[in-house]
Amino acid sequence: MASWGEASESRLIGKRVTRLSGKDKVTGKAKYTFDINEPGMLYGRILRSETAHATVIGIDLSEAEALPGVKAVIPLIEVGNKLRYQGQEIAAVAAETDDIAKDAIRRIHVDLEELPHVVTEDDAMVEGAPQIREDWAGNQSEPNVREDGDINAGFDEAAVEVEATYHTPVQTHVCLETHGHVAKWEDEQNLTVWASTQGVFGVRNDFAQHFELPANQVRVITEHMGGGFGSKFGPGIEGRTAVELARITGKAVKLMLTRKAEHLVAGNRPSMTQQVRAGATSDGRLIAYDMKGYGTGGISSGAGFTGPYVYHVPNSRAERVNVAVNAGNQRAMRAPGHPQGAFAMDSLMDELAEKLGMDPVEFRRINDPNEVRQAQYTLGAQEIGWHRRNTVPGAGTSVKKRGMGVGSGQWGGGGGRGTEARVTINADGTVEAVTGTQDIGTGIRTVIAMIVAEEFGLETTDVRVKVGDSQPGLPSGGSGGSQTTPSVAPVIKTAAAAAKQKLFERIAPLLDAPVGDLRVGTGTIYVVSDRTKTITWKQATGQLGMESISEGGTWEEDLRQNGAAGTQFAEVEIDTQTGAIRVIKIVAVQDCGLAINRLTTESQVNGGVIMGLGQAILEERFMDPVTGRMLNANLEDYKVPGTLEIPEIKSIVFDTHRKVTGVGEPPCIPTPGAIANAVYNAIGVRIRSLPITPDKILDALAEKA
Amino acid sequence: MPEKDKKQGTNISRRNFLKGVGTGTVAATVAPSVLIGSEKAAEAQAGDAIANATIELNINGKSYQVEVEARTTLLTVLRDGIDTGGNNIDLTGAKLICDRGECGGCTVMVDGKSVYACMMLAIDAQGKQITTVEGLADGDDLHPVQEAFIQHDALMCGFCTPGFIVSSAALLNENANPTMEEIKVGLSGNTCRCGTYPFIFDAVKTASRKV
Ligand code: FES
Ligand code: FES
Repeated sequence: MASWGEASESRLIGKRVTRLSGKDKVTGKAKYTFDINEPGMLYGRILRSETAHATVIGIDLSEAEALPGVKAVIPLIEVGNKLRYQGQEIAAVAAETDDIAKDAIRRIHVDLEELPHVVTEDDAMVEGAPQIREDWAGNQSEPNVREDGDINAGFDEAAVEVEATYHTPVQTHVCLETHGHVAKWEDEQNLTVWASTQGVFGVRNDFAQHFELPANQVRVITEHMGGGFGSKFGPGIEGRTAVELARITGKAVKLMLTRKAEHLVAGNRPSMTQQVRAGATSDGRLIAYDMKGYGTGGISSGAGFTGPYVYHVPNSRAERVNVAVNAGNQRAMRAPGHPQGAFAMDSLMDELAEKLGMDPVEFRRINDPNEVRQAQYTLGAQEIGWHRRNTVPGAGTSVKKRGMGVGSGQWGGGGGRGTEARVTINADGTVEAVTGTQDIGTGIRTVIAMIVAEEFGLETTDVRVKVGDSQPGLPSGGSGGSQTTPSVAPVIKTAAAAAKQKLFERIAPLLDAPVGDLRVGTGTIYVVSDRTKTITWKQATGQLGMESISEGGTWEEDLRQNGAAGTQFAEVEIDTQTGAIRVIKIVAVQDCGLAINRLTTESQVNGGVIMGLGQAILEERFMDPVTGRMLNANLEDYKVPGTLEIPEIKSIVFDTHRKVTGVGEPPCIPTPGAIANAVYNAIGVRIRSLPITPDKILDALAEKA
Repeated sequence: MPEKDKKQGTNISRRNFLKGVGTGTVAATVAPSVLIGSEKAAEAQAGDAIANATIELNINGKSYQVEVEARTTLLTVLRDGIDTGGNNIDLTGAKLICDRGECGGCTVMVDGKSVYACMMLAIDAQGKQITTVEGLADGDDLHPVQEAFIQHDALMCGFCTPGFIVSSAALLNENANPTMEEIKVGLSGNTCRCGTYPFIFDAVKTASRKV
């Protein structure tokens, strides 16, 4: 059975190791797709609809085509077809400079016949609202219903009940590197594309299929990429457009989305409104849960969310409906569905606990069947100083009031098959590890180097890691679902072990010892039964002569495990005169399985908490019902967390076993619920709609007074 | 363009391409129609047809001659500029992220002070000392801020990192020993979506002990 060995025996695994890509990133040398400058490269741009719903009755490209410096202009929609949201693609240009491309876009003339639009889910559900999806009566999908136990019997047993409606708005990913590609045809049958993607091989296969090329003649490269958060899997229309423009012009073409388009069309987290009725017994057991929810993923579906989430309720019913609006499609966003569900459920838990007169942590202990989280509640409560918490929410007369709250989350992150990798030992002692995964900022490059270096007794910097390129033909899956490390690490580990075994077989005669007695030291190989027999790594590999050892690996299931439990505690301070909310501290206790690199794991947890904080107090897509446009498609009015919002964050890497589990997503899940509960504890009024902004706080305080 | 289509090798026609990008035919149901004419207003704003000028810029201690338009930003020259000798300037460390002075991704130093390169016209940068993230290290010796960012893992995807590095260096130029609050305020013009802030604060603290 494959294993990662004992912690005490690990020299690198489980330690804090700085990133291999660090130097390139701090010196500006790291080349992202956005930074690729090919000789003679053209700049692509897309003309997008400013109208939320219309029929195209004419597109005139001639003036744009006539502009000096413009090399190609193509339509992206046919006359007679409908535009169904602001931002939808109409036409594209390629020009010698980006400024000329911008000028050309302004010279494309489009005649539209406007149709009635609807851009918020509540408007879309009103009777008589414009029907914007022919297949959904009243703009609503068939409800998805899940039932457990007997809900009526459950409510009969309940001693307390809460009925409430919770809402989370649409949030956008805000990848700092926008979606984009640089496409270059090497010749008629060979295509190279630099792509800002989370899935090098998926993008390669899409291009191969779409442009009718053999897959092995399409090369996709993602050396570095500037954030995806779930929104960067396929090449999208913009990717195919870049390749098409390159094909027509015979030149390399760079086409990156604008910041505005990034908000409009590059994905979002769907909204969620949950009307919940729930009950608990007098001894604190959740007994009944009834939820009706709806949300919008734009013109598409996908507004999924969870409930009753991590807590056990024997009698439950959950009904979910997707609502179509004239807005860009949702895409997976960090732990899709979970933060929405967790916020509603953790708010509800506290409301029930209060009715029972029970401590919220105590109430969770009774209803949370997960053992890991049980331990996390204890640790987190200690770290935040739960005993200091207001026993009476909103008590006191001071202007600034503090409160504490708790929230929970659960994720899979067990990885899967499908990664091919090679680990190579060369005669000069150099080592390479190659696989087709991509480093989207999570640090997989460094993790791969650590695993190989540990196996060989080397330093991480001794290992050359090659990822983010489809060319060696060693596929790996997309980086989503917190799957990268648990999918890749076992394959690298077994490949390195196989290569080591081969090397041992070669040098065993030289050391005059059985293969089974050889071990790696630090930069050495020695015989365990006779430690005087030691040679350096280089002496050992020198035996290979003109050969190299190159081995593949297998995905050993024992090396990874599914299931990452998390708990967070928040402390906030509210200014009751201005409504200003300041998050003071977050304690994040995150189950990570075996954290191969503690340093980058802590970074991931911090990052998740901060994204959760954005959802809790800042982020919301605003749609204007009149014009059908997004009002804050920029970085001034769409607020993401900045330095001034950052609280003290205590990220506790809670490693419960020696198997790898991915943690990219789970740390963002408990944050909004914990913050919302802390706000209630501070001021004694509950905000059931995210983000929790000063205006909502002041309204709620005024209503209470 | 149909001729061009033929010249290239694959069998994709424009029509096929359109289908593939997801614009299948949907019958138009006609509602009261509004005709949107050509966007004259937008056209009037178009900044083209402006004479070019050749200017000299001093970037990282090196002089570059570049031809620019009046509207060309400093950031465009750094990233996309081609000097009069035909060489790409290719200083792509500074990034265009928000394109409107909100995110700090494009931060460079101009005469030692941090500036958003997306908001500065190239012609206004003449006669000034421009330092980009590429110019901070002294050969192989990294700037203390760069060292500290690596040490503290103050970067994930790294796309915001060049901007934060330059802003942090500029902050320490002005205040060699900032408090936590001063660090937060000093870097409040920069945005990181990956959420590296806590480790950035640690890195700036560490670097402040070394500059
Ligand atoms: S790109 Fe210049 S400040 Fe954002
Ligand atoms: S490290 Fe990714 S945006 Fe800052």
